[in-house]
Amino acid sequence: MFVAIIFILIIIASIWFHIWSPWWWTPVASNWGNIDTTIELTFWITGSVFVAVCSFMAWCVWKYRYRPDRKAEYKPEDKKLEFRLTALTALGVIALLAPGLVVWNKYVTVPDNALKIEVVAYQWGWNYRLPGDDGVLGTTDIKLINDENPYGLNLDDPNSKDDILVMDADLHLEINQPVKVELRSYDVLHNFYVPQFRAKMDTLPGLITYYWFTPTKTGDFEVLCAEYCGTGHYAMRGKVQVDEKADYSNWLAQQITHEKMIAQNKKDKKLLTAEIKN
Amino acid sequence: MDEENNNNKIETKAADSSSGSYVPPADNIPASEIPEQELYHAKSFWTRWVFCQDAKVIGVQYALTATAVGLIGLILSWGMRLQLGFPETFSFLGPATYYQSVTMHGMIMVVYLLTALFLGGFGNYLIPLMVGARDMVFPYVNMVSFWMFLVAVLVLISSFFVPGGPTGAGWTLYPPQAIMPGTPGSEMGIVLMLISLSLFVIGFTMGGLNYVITILQARTRGMTLMRMPLTIWGIFTATVLALLAFPALFVACIMMTLDNLLGTSFFMPEIFTMGEQLGTSGGSPILFQHLFWFFGHPEVYIVALPAFGIVSDLISVHARKNIFGYRMMVWAIVIIGALSFVVWAHHMYVSGMNPYFGFFFATTTLIIAVPTAIKVYNWVLTLWRGNIHLTIPMLFSLGFIVTFVNGGITGLFLGNVIIDIPLSDTYFVVAHFHMVMGIAPLMVIFGAIYHWFPLISGRHLNQTLGKIHFWISFVGAYAIYFPMHYLGFIGVPRRYYEMYDSPYMTTGVGLNQFITVAALIVGFTQILFLYNIIHSAFYGEKSEKNPWKANSLEWHTPEMPPEHGNFGKELPVVYRWPYDFSVPGIDREYIPQHVAPSEVPTAKVEKT
Repeated sequence: MFVAIIFILIIIASIWFHIWSPWWWTPVASNWGNIDTTIELTFWITGSVFVAVCSFMAWCVWKYRYRPDRKAEYKPEDKKLEFRLTALTALGVIALLAPGLVVWNKYVTVPDNALKIEVVAYQWGWNYRLPGDDGVLGTTDIKLINDENPYGLNLDDPNSKDDILVMDADLHLEINQPVKVELRSYDVLHNFYVPQFRAKMDTLPGLITYYWFTPTKTGDFEVLCAEYCGTGHYAMRGKVQVDEKADYSNWLAQQITHEKMIAQNKKDKKLLTAEIKN
Repeated sequence: MDEENNNNKIETKAADSSSGSYVPPADNIPASEIPEQELYHAKSFWTRWVFCQDAKVIGVQYALTATAVGLIGLILSWGMRLQLGFPETFSFLGPATYYQSVTMHGMIMVVYLLTALFLGGFGNYLIPLMVGARDMVFPYVNMVSFWMFLVAVLVLISSFFVPGGPTGAGWTLYPPQAIMPGTPGSEMGIVLMLISLSLFVIGFTMGGLNYVITILQARTRGMTLMRMPLTIWGIFTATVLALLAFPALFVACIMMTLDNLLGTSFFMPEIFTMGEQLGTSGGSPILFQHLFWFFGHPEVYIVALPAFGIVSDLISVHARKNIFGYRMMVWAIVIIGALSFVVWAHHMYVSGMNPYFGFFFATTTLIIAVPTAIKVYNWVLTLWRGNIHLTIPMLFSLGFIVTFVNGGITGLFLGNVIIDIPLSDTYFVVAHFHMVMGIAPLMVIFGAIYHWFPLISGRHLNQTLGKIHFWISFVGAYAIYFPMHYLGFIGVPRRYYEMYDSPYMTTGVGLNQFITVAALIVGFTQILFLYNIIHSAFYGEKSEKNPWKANSLEWHTPEMPPEHGNFGKELPVVYRWPYDFSVPGIDREYIPQHVAPSEVPTAKVEKT
């Protein structure tokens, strides 16, 4: 009796906690609200299985508790029951999987109008690169990275000239503009994750990975590194600020292009050599 | 030589037919065709207890070593929980120490505790006894297996004492970071970890071959595969998985050792770090992840399948009812084992591998839910219309069902690729795998120890202490991991040394403190359990033979605890499965496996 009651209490406490706990996901700020819907569907299906199986178990524990005069049933198999349960489970699995795969298909199909931007991860921080007016990001190579070329841009690639370099952990995005984030790492694995956007993907050295989303709410969002990357992992934060169009354009205008940076570097160098000569 | 063998064969046959006068047709089990091999009997203290070839002693050696190293894993988890619940309170817990604790806790618990305890511990002790063999088929190799394991453990422990300390790369040891200076223990710690794992695999292979071959080759007469206890089916399938999966880990360890020591580039692409080019090129970090998880996912089932098997036997014995749907249970174990080799990349949905893999691996992963759910149904259907003794092994089995169902359904979240995207690398994952492959198998291990302790020591564990141990461990562990899922929903990433300055995370503070307190209580309760084991081994209540009235062969040895050679002069002959409980038509409540049909002529058993 006591045992069955405790098990029932645990089930009730679980449901109660699920409904009343203040700990729940952050309000979604991207187009991936349908991920939340899929999770909720999964909750309903699997939650009812959990409650059903555990309640049945607790009921059995109470109903068929040991009595000296009781004899257990002897029934090695029940093919019909086993078949029904198998079929029912298979249906449940299909109900979980099918919508999940539909949403996944959306996740891996980048829309044509998505703005391609680059997120660069390193131990332990974030940089970004946006395409210039041509809308194309110049090619890069880790081998080319040095003090004067911090992104390792291919200088022979004409597309790289107008690339906008955001050498800061803060990124601005325009609301309702789909973005394809292309992820790059200089050193180890990282993961560009903004909980409110629901999306994430690892960054790796030597490979460009990507995902896409459309920010749907303005405001500041924290970027977290979601793939363990060494001692400073927990401190590897950044910021994404989603702006209205006008604010976004203002911010964009203040950023430096690659071409300008090269010119700036040359000037600095001249000054430096002049100083040394003097 | 050949002629000699032939002679022997004829002699055994002759001996068999002459010994019994009349054998009823139902009792007829074919005579063995080859004679038994003599066992090597130990002659000194050293060969009897230390360098021992008796699988039972080896099993206990494995179990004690695994438990000892598991205690280190437990203590490391306290450090982590103190930091997470009360950050900036304990000055000895810097980020490097924290990450080293995370890493060593994970690797110790998964490989050196759970794998070693289930296969090396329970496998060694139970396989020969349950299949009716005198020992493992290669006792000497079996002994070497344990000593390799011990060396692997010592190498692992030694990494705590080298410059830089043990590796802090996370138990997944992902390169490039695992062997780069930004990670704690990247000097000697990681090398010792890789060497230790390689030694573990070598040692395990020797033991694993023994388990598989003993089960296939040395079963006693009448012990058909479909009459084996599910414990044996679980351990057998898990061992096959381990023999096929561990080589992938072995290869990955060797390659990473070379990358680290000789500067090769198996897993190292071009890297720019600390202001300079590292000089590596052409390697692939994702390749390591594929190798690691090709081992790592079957590893989950290497731990889970023995637990499935053992819990089936515990439920059946203590509910006095045959396991429901035995054949389905066997096939479910085998199918789960086979499928576990084609789902590994569900650990890599966000790794940057080709996103179209997601469709395939999500589908295979969710298909596994079907045979797994069947097993759950059959456990509760075994309770249904049973006569349930709420003994401590039964309590732990019930605890297993609850935690396993809970952890299993959260697996359906994470296996479904799109749901994994927001949840991967958060505390939802931590809660999921602790529930499903930490707590659930531990429930079975505890239940199994309470169940088989009388067989091993001849004494019962203290029941009152056992009940306290169960309730605190079960309710406490549930209180730790159930709420932890919700931290994952908030988005709290795992492997964060501390994170309370994030605005939406601040609400998790109270929850983290609660989890830490619960974890400390559950942790300390295990000391009670250890005390119970040590005390009861010497002063516990003496157990009669076969205290649970079980049918499987291990309880029917002439001596309890069984001696070297297990079965006295004659090996038992098996006539039935081990689940003939409460059979209609006769008075006796249970029919052991070696009872011939002619001894229970009125029993209305189904043929097994």
